[in-house]
Amino acid sequence: MTAAVAPKVESPTQAALRVEDLSLSYVVRGIPRPVLRGVTFEVKAGESYGLVGESGCGKSTTAYAAVRYLPRNAVITGGRILVDGDDITKMNAEQVRRFRMLHASMVYQDPGAALNPTTKVGPQVVEAFTVLGQSKRVAEENALKALRRVQIADPERVAQRYPHQLSGGMQQRVVIAIALASDPKLLVLDEPTTGLDATVEASVLDLVRTLQAETNAAVLLIAHNLGVIRTLCDRVGVMYAGKIVEEGDAATVFENPQHPYTLGLLRSLPRRGIRKSQRPLSTIPGNLPQIGTPLPTCVFVDRCPLADELCRTVEPPIVEVGQGQWTRCHHRDRLGQLVEPPPVAGHEAILGDLNLTLSNVSKTFHQSGHDVPALVKVSLDLHDGETLGLVGESGSGKSTLAKTILGIESPDAGADIELDEHALAAKSAGRPTADKRSMQMVFQNPDSALNRGWTGRQILARSVSKLTGLRGKAVSERVDKLAADLRLTQRHLDLKPRQLSGGLKQRLAIARAFAGDPRIVVADEPTSALDVSVQAAILNLLSELQLRSKTSYLLISHDLGVVRYLADRIAVMYLGRIMEVGSSETIFTGPNHPYTEALLSAVPNVDGEDRHRILLSGEIPSPANPPTGCVFNTRCPRVIRGLCEVTEPPLVEVEPGHLMSCHIPVDELRRLQTKAQREDLVLTTPPESIEAAAAQGVDPLP
Amino acid sequence: MVESIAPSPLPAPVTTPTTSTISERAQARRELLRVLFRRPSFLIGVAVILVWVLCAILGERITPYDPFNAFFKGHTPPSIDHLFGTDRLGRDVLSRVMVGSRDVLIVAPLAALLGVAVGTFLGLVMGYYRGFVDDVLSRVVEAFLALPVILVALLTLVVLGSSSVVVVFVVGLLFAPIVARTVRSAVLSERQLDYVTAAKLRGESGLFILSREIFPNVLGPTVVELTVRFGYAIFTVATLSFLGVGLQPPSPDWGLSVSQEYANMVAGIWWPTLFPALAIASTVIAVNLIADSLQSVLNE
Repeated sequence: MTAAVAPKVESPTQAALRVEDLSLSYVVRGIPRPVLRGVTFEVKAGESYGLVGESGCGKSTTAYAAVRYLPRNAVITGGRILVDGDDITKMNAEQVRRFRMLHASMVYQDPGAALNPTTKVGPQVVEAFTVLGQSKRVAEENALKALRRVQIADPERVAQRYPHQLSGGMQQRVVIAIALASDPKLLVLDEPTTGLDATVEASVLDLVRTLQAETNAAVLLIAHNLGVIRTLCDRVGVMYAGKIVEEGDAATVFENPQHPYTLGLLRSLPRRGIRKSQRPLSTIPGNLPQIGTPLPTCVFVDRCPLADELCRTVEPPIVEVGQGQWTRCHHRDRLGQLVEPPPVAGHEAILGDLNLTLSNVSKTFHQSGHDVPALVKVSLDLHDGETLGLVGESGSGKSTLAKTILGIESPDAGADIELDEHALAAKSAGRPTADKRSMQMVFQNPDSALNRGWTGRQILARSVSKLTGLRGKAVSERVDKLAADLRLTQRHLDLKPRQLSGGLKQRLAIARAFAGDPRIVVADEPTSALDVSVQAAILNLLSELQLRSKTSYLLISHDLGVVRYLADRIAVMYLGRIMEVGSSETIFTGPNHPYTEALLSAVPNVDGEDRHRILLSGEIPSPANPPTGCVFNTRCPRVIRGLCEVTEPPLVEVEPGHLMSCHIPVDELRRLQTKAQREDLVLTTPPESIEAAAAQGVDPLP
Repeated sequence: MVESIAPSPLPAPVTTPTTSTISERAQARRELLRVLFRRPSFLIGVAVILVWVLCAILGERITPYDPFNAFFKGHTPPSIDHLFGTDRLGRDVLSRVMVGSRDVLIVAPLAALLGVAVGTFLGLVMGYYRGFVDDVLSRVVEAFLALPVILVALLTLVVLGSSSVVVVFVVGLLFAPIVARTVRSAVLSERQLDYVTAAKLRGESGLFILSREIFPNVLGPTVVELTVRFGYAIFTVATLSFLGVGLQPPSPDWGLSVSQEYANMVAGIWWPTLFPALAIASTVIAVNLIADSLQSVLNE
């Protein structure tokens, strides 16, 4: 990984950003509620510092405080924030404005919202330079340079576009170009890659690292994805309830955590290829303390398995571990007592009976006279009790496939979807109750999936009576059983969704999907809206339920760790086509389709394994105008000129149970991919020229 | 051997507070009311409306004179005996203003309620079914929105003859398209949510999804719309009375009183016009204050 070669800068006398004992409260209805309780850390010039922790721990507040960009009701109750020696907490409005103009910049989570949709990209970048006092001419030159600097190959043309005409990755590059215009001493990145696909994320992270080395800026990175932090950061601080509980070199902290919370976070991740058949994931029981509740001693005490009387009475001091790592824990020496959960039996890969077969499923959307094929001749099957993972970049047709199977969208003529050997009606409304009962769905966002006007009990009871036909007491018995299976208490059932935490809401949504003992549950990104500790609990529950009920899952996820943990087989989709299908082991060990290979290599890894990274050229072409031949040929690093652009390779079984759609023979792929561990691949075409061509609907490689 | 503490594979349920669920939900409602009652604008609005409601209910029992049948010297200016003066027939203006809220406080809420009921129904249907139904209804609604409310009401009342019932129907139905548009946009964003998909996946009918799933969630904007329409209804009813097609003499209705007396303003007799006009203004403003507070609290 290239992180290892990022140049380390000589430690200057002064830190670029120094936060000293910062305390901050939000005043809600006249009552101050403490959010930060004495945060201290520093970031040196040229260094990148990551803050991690569950949502609500105060990491974003810290980041926004570092540029003094806080909501009106935020009150700094103690401490200082020094940027390059200046205390920004004491500045007046004009000084803050100049400070932000000259010394600090921020990159936000959603680049689409950070750019003005009514103005072309060029003027927005130019503006970043004119505020610095440059003449329009100079600013325009600098803007083009800035765009080139963020590796936009054709800045003149990109400058003429409106933000919505650019892809998410390109938008984020533009935002970064604007952020770097003033050559800031401090760059704050708030979840910069969260909305982006893994392949795009990888290239944005590479870009940030390169630019940081160039500009020698101090980078403060907020990300919930620990892999991103590991990839980008030199040092990391773990936050919990408004305090940093552990700090150190990113590699050291992730390899050798010294605080029970850090250990819990890392262990709740599905990593190092762990699968459901091995053991459940570790979880951190309980929730973050509510904002504003008093925390006298160790902030983590209520959720810590090691907590004892000492932890409740004496605030743990900072314990130096060495190499700049420290932790706030009394019982560092007892961390070894925390063991991972014991393995569960019964997940042996026994392929059950076939329950769902799709053949020739296509779906074409009609948009203002254009045909946009979202699915092209997809054939798949699903067996009892297995999980089929669907992976691919956004726009690859994963969700459309799920919706088509469920009957939310109807497929084009000629498609055949069979459940237990009888054909299913195209639309859900036309299917008998038994079929509806057999297939249910768990949605990505439980806030949207649960009716906020209903209590949990009403939500479950309605699904039970509608799907099973039970009445009266039988319904409430079934509801109680579902709730018990999902570890929901009676009290939770009487609350409305907004009174429940994200994890509880998702458990309620899962309980609803299981109301009628379904044969198949479609789970569309079931954990992506959740914190990792909650994600672990949900994944455990899903695999436990599957073990008991032999339900099949169709799992859509962009998180390959999640897919690897839960899936028995994996289908890789690209532009509405299946590129590769195989058992989880086959997919993760290879040989792979070149697209799968790139997808796997792009994921930022918490374990920081030295792994070969394939940067995919450009972004996914428009499905309205797919490339000729193999649809992946425009981005494929292993493209065979004269063949791949002409003929589309069929999806054939290359090994038992392993299907692939590639012209390169599987043995050749195996040889190439072993070799690739040592040798860099050369990109066949510069990324942006393809992207630009694709955006214009022109085939770049005629 | 080291003692090992195995973390449970599943999170323990969140610690249960001692308060029961019922009180928790009551608490949420109380919290909402508490926030409302902390808003001065809401309190002022409620106080003003309460005063008019009390006057309407108690009527002759608290007025200084009989508002209908006590005739004094005509057009005497405000004095200790007659705080608001007397009108052209010598009736006490204060007494008449006090009971003048009766009709408007019955007719306006009914009209608003009718308008919101019809409008909400239309809005739900348009927003949920979209397509052909929405296209047709939307065009009809737009056509109605293009008509000036007062003019159409005036013509209808002239044709059908004035009575409180007709006023309620005319004003209510003319408000319906405006409400329909608001509700429709709320439904449009609501139907995108996954809980509607989930309902379809378990085979719910459109009627069920509309009435039981979506409707409770668009209740907030509907309630706000009701108060806003109430304010407009007061104004419209007063205007119709002023134009002579609303309530008929000898009703002490404010709009009617203004219409009968405003010609005398040029002669310097301002009191029989000003006080009923102020009464209309205070009621409309009070209702709008309540509507604004409701809107911002429900949006929080």
